[in-house]
Parts: sequence; structure tokens; C-alpha cells
Amino acid sequence: MDWTVVQNSLPMFEKGFWLTLRLSFFGIIGAGVLGLICSFIQYFKVPVLRKLVSAYVELSRNTPLLIQLFFLFYGLPQVGIKFSAEVCGIIGIIFLGGSYMAEGFSGGLAGVSKTQIESGLAIGLSRFQLARYVIFPQGLMLSVPAFAANVIFLIKETSIFTVLAIPELTNTALDLIGMYYNTNEYLFMLVVAYAIILIPLSILLTWLEKKVRYGTFGN
Amino acid sequence: MGHLGINIFFEGANFLRLLGGLYVSAKIAFLSIVFGGILGIVLGVLRTLHNPLLRLLLRLYLEFFRIVPTIVLLFLFYYILPQSFNINYKADTVGTIVFSLWMAAEMSDIVRGALISVPRHQVESGKAVGLSTVQLYRYVLLPQSVHLMIPATINLMTRIIKTTSLLLLISVVDVINVGQQIIEANSHRYQDGAFWIYGFIFILYFILCYPLSRLARRLERRGKAGANG
Amino acid sequence: MAEPLLKVEHLKKSYGEKQVLEDISFEVEEGSVVVLLGPSGSGKSTLIRCLNGLEAFQGGTILFNGETVRPSPKNWRRLRQQIGMVFQSYDLFPNMTVLENILLGAVKVQKRKKDEAARQAMGLLKEVGMEQYANAYPRQLSGGQKQRVAIVRALELNPKLMLFDEVTASLDPEMVRGVLEIILRLAREKMTMIVVTHEMNFARQIGDKILFLEDGKILEETPGRQFFTKPQTERAKNFLESMDF
Repeated sequence: MDWTVVQNSLPMFEKGFWLTLRLSFFGIIGAGVLGLICSFIQYFKVPVLRKLVSAYVELSRNTPLLIQLFFLFYGLPQVGIKFSAEVCGIIGIIFLGGSYMAEGFSGGLAGVSKTQIESGLAIGLSRFQLARYVIFPQGLMLSVPAFAANVIFLIKETSIFTVLAIPELTNTALDLIGMYYNTNEYLFMLVVAYAIILIPLSILLTWLEKKVRYGTFGN
Repeated sequence: MGHLGINIFFEGANFLRLLGGLYVSAKIAFLSIVFGGILGIVLGVLRTLHNPLLRLLLRLYLEFFRIVPTIVLLFLFYYILPQSFNINYKADTVGTIVFSLWMAAEMSDIVRGALISVPRHQVESGKAVGLSTVQLYRYVLLPQSVHLMIPATINLMTRIIKTTSLLLLISVVDVINVGQQIIEANSHRYQDGAFWIYGFIFILYFILCYPLSRLARRLERRGKAGANG
Repeated sequence: MAEPLLKVEHLKKSYGEKQVLEDISFEVEEGSVVVLLGPSGSGKSTLIRCLNGLEAFQGGTILFNGETVRPSPKNWRRLRQQIGMVFQSYDLFPNMTVLENILLGAVKVQKRKKDEAARQAMGLLKEVGMEQYANAYPRQLSGGQKQRVAIVRALELNPKLMLFDEVTASLDPEMVRGVLEIILRLAREKMTMIVVTHEMNFARQIGDKILFLEDGKILEETPGRQFFTKPQTERAKNFLESMDF
């Protein structure tokens, strides 16, 4: 292991690191919002939209991100819609992540116990009030584990952006390998870089899960 | 102007070649699922034994495969393995190895999770009748946890199938790779080849994975209803 | 004689093929306590849940306070402010404090002013010995404490009728007494109540009238004192003996 190689490539890895974080951040927020909206549509069984959401969820969960990206970046321009590589990446993450988030939130909302709902009804809450004071707060708390898993999953998926030559972490490493052949050093740094992001994040999310679970299961 | 895009499928052996590529992806997925599945069950059982060192080692193995993105795993094995251990495998084999190990890691977690959720008194009853550890697993723990494992395993299988899409990056001639070749070869005749080919591959994956997803969901629902019986 | 507060006539309910409640008819006078007794599966819980709309019924009528109940979400919302219910699972909303739990109905449903509602809430909490827990969260309370708060939460809406569905069945034995004493006190204050319970001694003390159910039918309707010494039916007799240890 040649440590000077490691040292010299640090600046490039740093850039890739921040890009990975930035793309992940926007992608996850977008996916979260999309997922939340979809789960509400499914929970309230909104007539037409519900079928659309179902179709969307199935379509995006059963196809790989890679193909989604290729389709967005190579396929769409041919019918007139053109996005930059980074935008394709974020759209891909939002499209894929949205359905995972939707499933996570739906699971949480469905997990609110029947007795909680009946207690709310018994004090005269309307359906809207029930949703606002009972179902959503508790449902969102119950979704935290799934949300955490999805966050980690989506950050890892950004590694696939390398196929569109987006200079995130994986691409940086592969590029350097292509140029200088120091495979060991660059792959080592790549793994360390992902560990730096994912291990603390994983610990933070586990702590959040525990905190929330204690609150919900107070009954 | 070029020909009508969709006709790209009827050119020469394009369609057959795509299916050939699909076969490669499917084969690697299948082998990985089988090898990884068996290894995963064994590892999962091992993780529930009361050996802290073993559990720690296996946990590290699992976490490694969880932290590192699959793409990176593929490159790690594809580039580093030959150098360090002087083994030179075809890209297909490397892919199968990586996916098998990944499948085993995730599977071990599913198995472990299912095994530890068998109610404690079941285990204690078994011990009280004098069952050995092996017998405990064989007659009490595994049978009662199998139904819990199945939906998660099917979802895992779906994930493996989808991730085989990355194999093209280590030059496995899978369906996407073939697709790319077709698009390039026909680029001046079919301006929107990419749209149709990638669209088609998109649908292929969907057709492969959707039935599995639905099966998993149906089993999950039935499992819940049965468990609360 | 004044009109009964609650009048149930020929109530019928079925789950698909199964007839769960058959031709249930009874009256509840204002200020009285009716206790529903019977073996498991006799329909006691189902019946009481029909009375505040948590279960739908397919036949018969319910008259509350002189008005025929037309089952619709809007009507039930209105009626539930007058018919309070306490459940076996003391479900307080975990994301709110005790006080917030109690005030939710008063402020958001009945649209009362917060100060007035809070004053009443604190008063009620004091009566059940829980006023120091006003700002605590449900997870910090024991089962018995939570159930007391649940009762206050129902009382806060100033209901005319209170329904209790096996409210002590999930409690540790030491806490049962505390909760039952509160209900006894309510009875003494002339709150109209319908109680489903397995606590025989309690039923004997509180029941002005006993309805004995089996298989979804009222087998017997007897004044409280008399039921425990001289039940009218053989089944009731067997039931009482089986409950006696």
C-alpha cells in the first residue's frame, strides 16, 4: 500500500465525497417527499391517483437504477427530452427512492393500532383530525426504521452514477484506477470513504430508531 | 431520418442476442441465489449460536457487504482478487462469487432474524424434553421460522436480479451490454434505438421481478394472518 | 316516569353469516348503571361498541336522549361528545402529554376555550389523584394510571352516558381497585353508565340493572341486587357459580 498515492489523491476523493453527499441529499429529500405524498394517496384511497401510485411503485421497485439512468440519459434525448447527467442521477434516485419511501411510510401508517384509532373516534375526532393528531404522528414514528434503511440504500445507489460519468466517489476511484493503475490504494480509499459516510449515519439512525420506538411503545 | 425505432428489434439477430444476454444475467443470478442461499442459511444458524467470536466475525462480514456498494464490491473482486491471490477468473465467475457472498450475507441476517423470533418457550420446551442443539434447530427452530424467512428471501432474490444489471461494468456480456452493442451498431440507421432498447430491457427486468414481488407480498399477508390465528 | 336516556330496540348485528347480536332490546334510565354480564363471546363488547358507532348494526333502532340515532360519521361525531367510552386497552396518544390528551377533544372537537377546558381537566385529574402527572407522557405511567387518565379524557367532554368496556381486564390486580373506585364514585354522582366487566363484586355493588347475555341474546334482565342472589335463569346461575372461586 503506497501511502503517498493515497495522500496525493485525497483532494480528488474529497470532491467526489462531497458530490456523493450532495446528490444523495437532494435525491433522498425528493424521494422522501414523493414517498410521503404517495403513501398519503394510498392511505386515503384517493380514486384515480391510487392506481397510478400503485403502478409507479411496482414499476420503479422492480427495475434496476442502472437501466432507469440509461433510459433517462440515453433514451429520452432521442425523443426530445434532454437532462444533464447529474439531473438524470437525481431524477433516478427520486424515482427509485420514492417508491421505497412510499412503502416505508405506508407500512408505518398502517401500523398505527386499531385501538388508537378507536380512542380517537370515541372522543369525537373527525377523519381529518384523526389523521392529523393520531395517525400521522404515530405512523411517521413507526416509519423511521424503514426510512433509515432507505437512506442508507439510496446513498449506496449513487455509486451507480458512475456509469453516466458523474464524478462522484466511485467514479473518482475508477477514473484514477484507469489513469494510474494503483487499484489497491484507490479501492481502499473508496471503501473507507463510504464507511465514513455510512457507519456514523447508521449509528445515528439506529439511535433515532431506538428513541422513537420507546416513545411509540409507551402504551 | 432513419427507420422507425421499434424495428430495431427485428433487425438480424438483435432480439435473440438480447435474450442471450438475459440468459447470462439470469444464470448468474440463479447460481448466486442458490449458492448464496445455502451458505446464508448455514451462516444464519451459526450466528445464533452462543459463540461471541464467531458472531462478531460473521457480523463484520455482513456489515462489510452492507456498507460497500455492490458496484465497488464487483470491482474489488474483479481487480484485487487476481493480484492478491493469483487467481484469474472470468468476469462471469467473479460476478457469481460476489453475488453469492452478498446473498449469503443478507440471507444470514434474514435467517438469524427469523430464528430469534421463535418464541423462547418453544426452545425451552424443546430443551426440557432433552433435545440436543442440532435437534433443536432441526425440529423446533427452523420449521417454525421458515415461513418468516420466505417473503424477505424472495425480496432479496428480486434485489439480486436487479443488481445483475451492474455486471456489464466488469465486462460481463449481459443483457444491458448486448443492448449497448446493438444500439451502437445501429446508431445511424435507428436514431432512437437507445429509447427502444433500454425501454425494452426496463420492461424485461420488470417482467422478471414483478411476479416475485407479488408472490412475496401475498405470502407476507398470508403469513401475518396465519400467525395471528 | 321520565323517558329513558337510552333505548335500544330489536338491535341486530351479524358478521357475514354469523349472527352476533339478536333482537337486543333494553332501556337505560338516566342516572342508573346497567351492567352487561355473560360468558366470552356472548356479544357484550360488540353491543356496547354499537352504542357509540364503533360497530355497525344491521337492524333495530337506538334512541338516545329522545332522538333516533341515524348512523352516519357526522352524527356519530356529534353523539360521541355525549357518549363517552373507556376501553380495555388504555390507549392514550403517545405523542401527547396527559393534559394534551385530555384537552384534545374539548378544544378541537367541542371548540371550547383552552383555559376553561384546562381548569376542568385539572379538576378531574385531581379527583382521580393524577394531577401531578398533567405534563407527563403516557410512557411514564403505569397501566392503572393510564386508565385513570383515559377515564378523565372521556369525562372531559361532559358526556351524558359513559360506556366502560372491560376497563380493568388488562390491569395488574393491585391497580384494579383504584380504577373501580373511580367508577363507583361516578355512579354515586349519578352518571348514567353501561359497564361490561368480569369483576363480580364490583358488578354487585354498582349494577342497578343486570343484563345477562349469551350467544348474542339477552337471556335475563334483572335488578342488580336480585341477580346475584336469585338469578332468573339456569344459565345465569351456572355462570355465577363458575365465576365464584
